[in-house]
Amino acid sequence: MRVPLSWLREYVDVPAGVTGRDVGEKLIRAGLEVETVEESDLSGPLVVGKVLTFEDEPQKNGKTIRWCSLDIGKDEPQWVVCGANNFAVGDLVVVVLPGAVLPGGFAISARKTYGHVSNGMICSSQELGLGDDGTHGIVVLEPGEATPGDDAIELLALKDDVLDIAVTPDRGYCLSIRGVAREAATAYGVALKDPAELALDGSGAGGYPVRVDDAEACSVFVTRTVTGIDAKALSPRWMQKRLLASGMRPISIGVDVANYVMLELGQPIHTYDKARLSGEIVVRRANAGEKLMTLDDQTRELDIEDLLITDDSGAIGVAGVMGGASTEISEATADVVIEAAHFDPIVIARASRRHKLSSEASRRFEREVDPLLPRYAAQRVADLLREYAGGTILPEETVVDTHPLPDPVTLRADHAARVAGAPITLTETVRHLESVGCTVEAAAADATAAPLAAGVHAPVLAEVGTTTVGAANVQGDDLLTVTPPSWRPDLRDPNDFAEEAIRLFGFDNVPSVLPAAPGGQGLTVSQKRRRKVATALVGAGLTEVVSYPFTGEADFDAMGLPADDPRRTTVKLVNPISDEEPSMQTTLLATLLRTAERNVGRGATDLAIFQTGLVFLPKAETKPAPLPSVAHRPSDAEIQSLYDALPDQPLHVGVVLTGLLTPTGWWGKGRPAGWADAVQIARLISSAVGVEPVVTNVELAPWHPGRCAQFAIGGPDGKVVGHAGELHPKVCQAFGLPTRSSAVELDLEALIAAGPESITAHPFSSYPVAKEDVALIVAADVPAADVQAALAEGAGELLESVRLFDVYTGEQIGEGKKSLAFALRFRAPDRTLKENEVADARQAAVQVTVDRFNAVQRVG
Amino acid sequence: MSGPNTDYDPVEVTPLHAEEVERTRDEALTAFTEAADLAALQEAKSTHLGDKSPIVLANREIGALPPQARKEAGQRIGAARKAINEGFASRLTVLEAEHEEQMLATERVDVTLPWHTPELGARHPLSLISEQVADVFTALGWDVAEGPEVEAEWLNFDALNFQPDHPARQMQDTFFVEPAGSGKVLRTHTSPVQARSMLSRKPPIYVICPGRVFRTDELDATHTPVFYQVEGLVVDEGITLAHLKGTLDHFVVSMFGEGLEARLRPNFFPFTEPSAEVDLKCFVCRGASVGNPDRPCRTCGSEGWIEWGGCGVVNPRVLQANGIDTDRYSGFAFGMGLERTLMFRNGVEDMRDMVEGDVRFSRQFGMEI
Repeated sequence: MRVPLSWLREYVDVPAGVTGRDVGEKLIRAGLEVETVEESDLSGPLVVGKVLTFEDEPQKNGKTIRWCSLDIGKDEPQWVVCGANNFAVGDLVVVVLPGAVLPGGFAISARKTYGHVSNGMICSSQELGLGDDGTHGIVVLEPGEATPGDDAIELLALKDDVLDIAVTPDRGYCLSIRGVAREAATAYGVALKDPAELALDGSGAGGYPVRVDDAEACSVFVTRTVTGIDAKALSPRWMQKRLLASGMRPISIGVDVANYVMLELGQPIHTYDKARLSGEIVVRRANAGEKLMTLDDQTRELDIEDLLITDDSGAIGVAGVMGGASTEISEATADVVIEAAHFDPIVIARASRRHKLSSEASRRFEREVDPLLPRYAAQRVADLLREYAGGTILPEETVVDTHPLPDPVTLRADHAARVAGAPITLTETVRHLESVGCTVEAAAADATAAPLAAGVHAPVLAEVGTTTVGAANVQGDDLLTVTPPSWRPDLRDPNDFAEEAIRLFGFDNVPSVLPAAPGGQGLTVSQKRRRKVATALVGAGLTEVVSYPFTGEADFDAMGLPADDPRRTTVKLVNPISDEEPSMQTTLLATLLRTAERNVGRGATDLAIFQTGLVFLPKAETKPAPLPSVAHRPSDAEIQSLYDALPDQPLHVGVVLTGLLTPTGWWGKGRPAGWADAVQIARLISSAVGVEPVVTNVELAPWHPGRCAQFAIGGPDGKVVGHAGELHPKVCQAFGLPTRSSAVELDLEALIAAGPESITAHPFSSYPVAKEDVALIVAADVPAADVQAALAEGAGELLESVRLFDVYTGEQIGEGKKSLAFALRFRAPDRTLKENEVADARQAAVQVTVDRFNAVQRVG
Repeated sequence: MSGPNTDYDPVEVTPLHAEEVERTRDEALTAFTEAADLAALQEAKSTHLGDKSPIVLANREIGALPPQARKEAGQRIGAARKAINEGFASRLTVLEAEHEEQMLATERVDVTLPWHTPELGARHPLSLISEQVADVFTALGWDVAEGPEVEAEWLNFDALNFQPDHPARQMQDTFFVEPAGSGKVLRTHTSPVQARSMLSRKPPIYVICPGRVFRTDELDATHTPVFYQVEGLVVDEGITLAHLKGTLDHFVVSMFGEGLEARLRPNFFPFTEPSAEVDLKCFVCRGASVGNPDRPCRTCGSEGWIEWGGCGVVNPRVLQANGIDTDRYSGFAFGMGLERTLMFRNGVEDMRDMVEGDVRFSRQFGMEI
């Protein structure tokens, strides 16, 4: 809502000298979201001039300029060059003189042009910041409107600050100058001159016939008729200026007056050309298949929920949203029927959304308009049409009004103090409520407090005092009956009234008290472990990044996922940012590889990045989530069905490594990151949360089929928690990554859940260690981890550790075989081991590998 | 070892003459002193203290002396041997020290050279600031609560007093999950975690909820469809707006420094009543830039205050929908955008830097913000 300060001042005696910025500051403190205050950069001298003489001088470029002399109230005439020709000798015009600055920062100086020295210029409407007035020329004032030399800035109110206010949904009444003026009056503690307080001259009956079929959707419908208007008349300049400053374009007197009254009072108005109406106006819901061409020349299919204004010809408007083209007023209109109605906010909100049509009217109706306004607004429109379009107001008036009176609410007198925890006295509370327009009375003896008043026990209640309401002396725990004003339908709960009293008491005056929470336990185990994983990864040199979780087929194709891969079954969005990425990620790599691609594209070819985030896994059976009542806590079954309807959303961690892990330097060549680094990082993540997963070779996209490690917990057949290894060459290519880039993705949530509850310490021996090395030749496809496990199994209790330290393939051991060398360490808890004990344990270890893998000991 | 020297004239055993012993000792000491390095010293040692050295040979002759002469000769030889040994040891100490000094000097390196083990990586600053916020509140005894990102529409809106056709529901441009009418959305704020907390816990409830949220904004310098929020919720007996102010003041001091405070400006949110916007006193100029053109402040635009988030007393309708007894309990809630916090706190100028995943952005921060 754009509010010109000059307009505001008409209804509120804001102290002289107060700027738009000052008013904005006050309104912000009162709870209005003043987004900007536009301050005019216009400065004079800007004066009224009378055209004394002019001479038309044709130019080589085809233009004709006028060399004019003007009376600007000085002894000597002012000589200027003017490009326009819509004026005559004797006309009053607006002259900007050297030294002035016009809106937009245009500095004016005397300058040589077309062979003359022009000492200023005659201004057009646009140059003065008044918008296009349709003349294609300069502004010509009415004869007698001013005298030469008058200050034109003051005359035309050209220097005006404009407040731009983002009106919150609870403050619909502030979508009007009247509403903002009411707030400003309260803020400055001055009286409001209510523009809606005007004399009604209607008879209350006999106006244009109206029937309302749906009183719930349309509770008030008022019409007035003005006959014999001059529809071609121009709106007065002040009205055009205010419309422009408020962001609306002047169109014609009929349209402008309706818009002006809407801005002034907040009541949307619709005007009909009476000659184009046929028969009774009926307000009803649409019939199936009905259509309407709206004012914007679009033919709209109507929905049976749409509320319509109709006449004998059918639909002539979607109520509260947009009128129809067939009854629109035009330059030929003589008689106007004015509609001022009250529509249900939800009906209008739905229609507006259904037709994707947000109009000035619908924005106001959605936030609910003061239901007492229609008669006054219609009167105001009629008055203005009579004054500026020469019409005659018919005394007959149609008034349909079934709108209920606002419900009074009963609340504790000290409720505001209780909510604030501040000593807002009862006297202040009553005063503040009355200043927002409420009627405050002492509640009847048998009244009970309204529900939804939180039982607050503030230590300040002793300070609220007592007050007098009517004849009653009221204490803090007495009840008040408060009736909200007609323009505040948002005031319905005790806390709504408390807010009004507190904001006027001043949020700044509320004390600051830190509440004492009961003893907490800090972060959960899971939250702590996530931090450990991140710290470990950073310690290993990885950098954390974020990515959007949106993905699509292109990403899955680039990852080489087979057509039936379950990761292609996704949670999809109805309205994604991009149609190419309608899905929520089922794998972190879908988005992390794109992030890697972006980094590599920006020159970071040696990359080690990680990301944690949710993946979204649809359930086998997708059910809609219910929408239980909000009147009470949903049942446990309802809550469960809310949770069950959602996809599984486990937290994953993803890693991508590209290029060199260690750089080339004075120590020698750099080392590329490879599959083993990826696997090792997956092990690092597992260790950070205290889990030792089982690693096996598997084939899975997007990894290289021979270089993908699967991580499982709870044994070899346990839950698979992720994969690590080198990416498939085609995947590297598709994502523009260096060859042999590698990646990890683990279900971090599952890993964390598998971590230990607590660790029990084991004693360790101080007796000497016995070291034995074993080299075993096995088939090339036997996993080293299995051989190592077999050794550990066979070595028995004396084995302290076993570690693979060499892998060898080559001629010496034959095709299809490999030699694995292990270092075994034996130690007993209670004695120094004897040579034969160690030899026996070693042999037992080897024997298991022989039995299981046909291993042959390699000697020498 | 030699036996008693019974075959010789005891007087005529030349090596045991005092002058001879002194000469032998002095020769040895001279040789040691003249040894230039450890190798030369070892050679001198074998010459003057070895098995064939004069002093050792002389010692063997003692047995040949008559008993009455042995004592004197033994003392003479012993003193000489001691002197020679000491001479060797002291020269050895000197030479060893010299040797070590030389060796260390030759091993000098340029410690400014780089090395190949990976340098420390970096956290994303949004993670770091989330953790910092969590730490501020866990120190107060609060819990860190979490929830899913694909959320039930009821928990995202209805449970928070966003009525189905209320304009407030349209204000948050929402991603809806297929099929239309599924009752599922990408959460538009972290507030559904508040609803979940109220449904799953009994008061007193003190929770802080950092998390990622979604709105259908196009990415530009100040907007992103995916962003991070942190929200706090308290439900307890006797909770007032004053407690909200106290909590926000503590939060401001914890995040931005001593002596700062929060300011509330009335506003509207469906889930709180009264509602307010939270401003924080500018931590750079502390208000000194207001009306002072000589000292403009970029951080607050010379306003003295920085818009930070929203807050309010939990609307009793929200408590009711989530099964909290409104006769007994009241609450407050607040929420801030973490990107915005980073923008003014750490001077991030473009929202896109925070969301594009460029490693250079994270690496500026390392593990600190």
